[in-house]
Amino acid sequence: MPASKTCLLVEDSRVIRKVAATIMEGLGYTCREAENGELAMQECKKAMPDFVLLDWNMQVMNGIDFLKQLRGLPNGKTPKVIFCTTQNEIAHIQEGLAAGADEYIMKPFDSDIIRSKLEMLGLIEESG
Amino acid sequence: MRQEDFDLLAGVVKQRSGLVLGRDKAYLVESRLMPLVRKWNLKDLEELSAQVRAKRDEKVMAAITEAMTTNETYFFRDLKPFDQFRKVVLPHLLKVRAAKKHIRIWSSACSTGQEAYSLAMILSEEAAKLAGWKVDIIGTDLSTEVVERAKLGIYNQFEVQRGLPVTLLIKYFQQNGDKWQINEKLREMAQFRLMNLLGDWGALGSFDVVFCRNVLIYFEPSTKTGILERISDHLAPDGVLFLGGAEAVLNLTNRFKIVDAHKGLYVPAACPADLWKAA
Ligand SMILES: C[S@@+](CC[C@H](N)C(=O)[O-])C[C@H]1O[C@@H](n2cnc3c(N)ncnc32)[C@H](O)[C@@H]1O
Repeated sequence: MPASKTCLLVEDSRVIRKVAATIMEGLGYTCREAENGELAMQECKKAMPDFVLLDWNMQVMNGIDFLKQLRGLPNGKTPKVIFCTTQNEIAHIQEGLAAGADEYIMKPFDSDIIRSKLEMLGLIEESG
Repeated sequence: MRQEDFDLLAGVVKQRSGLVLGRDKAYLVESRLMPLVRKWNLKDLEELSAQVRAKRDEKVMAAITEAMTTNETYFFRDLKPFDQFRKVVLPHLLKVRAAKKHIRIWSSACSTGQEAYSLAMILSEEAAKLAGWKVDIIGTDLSTEVVERAKLGIYNQFEVQRGLPVTLLIKYFQQNGDKWQINEKLREMAQFRLMNLLGDWGALGSFDVVFCRNVLIYFEPSTKTGILERISDHLAPDGVLFLGGAEAVLNLTNRFKIVDAHKGLYVPAACPADLWKAA
């Protein structure tokens, strides 16, 4: 059996982490969690995930700074990264993409949106 | 609800739209029509039915029908047909319409317009190849409400995140708070009108591409056959039809055939097989 895909949920709200973890596990992913960018960097250095769901506003290190650092790591370009944030102005979206995000989710989200965005990135099969 | 009321209301809906409601759908009729009962200050579905029986008022029956149809749709729904449109159908049309430089596309049962605007976005992405061409996208639907929404092209934050890549969102939409409106250029590419697939198609003209997706599924076989055959009358001999994921022509009509090299494309039965091999 192939090892299941891994994802890292970077998000300061424990409630949202749990919601996202439930959705991702339902899609066959194994999840790790980090409540800010700095802890997320440590997780990535331990083992690079296949996918990162990334909040923007967090204490200690925010999402955009984490993403820039991640993309600078030797194998930091491999994970697909989706921002998942209440920052929903076009300027923010552009900044997020420029920093290396592959997709962008504006909160509030639901499982349909997560599934749809993962399909776009080829991370899960189309449900049809 | 009473059986006779269900039968009456289901009959109205079927006659006006083609939608078949089995008796197991009583719960659905109740949940979809109770808002109308309240809006019109009626007591219950029995009173609504009595009114339909007595007056057969056009507006009332239209509202009942619209309330019962399913309008769910999203951008680039199922992705594959849109990929095939871009990679196979568009290059084909660029070749066979090179003299006329005019392409006509029909989104039948367009709902709130996502299908038509997805096509408009693909065409805009390919604009360089289409310089000097005229492309018409026509969306039609039975429901006034969805046609009006399609014309406005305003979507909420959930709608613009289903199926739509964020790069296309920021390229083709204008943001207004948590609402997003498709830009004026794309809105000008698409026209939307009220039209019942069971009714008079008027001066619809002939199309090169027809999207008839996720609507036949609600109809009984004879209705499907009738609509498919009328579509074939409005499709160019070298044109193409797209159906929904759960829809097909098998056992319904022999006016269309599948393109072996490109599953999912339906073309007129008389179309030479090699026309699409090269595509
Ligand atoms: C589920 S939506 C499909 C939208 C889109 N084609 C898609 O695939 O996402 C079905 C639409 O068909 C419309 N419809 C149902 N019966 C119809 C009829 N007889 N004539 C025209 N439109 C009809 C409904 O109003 C609804 O908007």
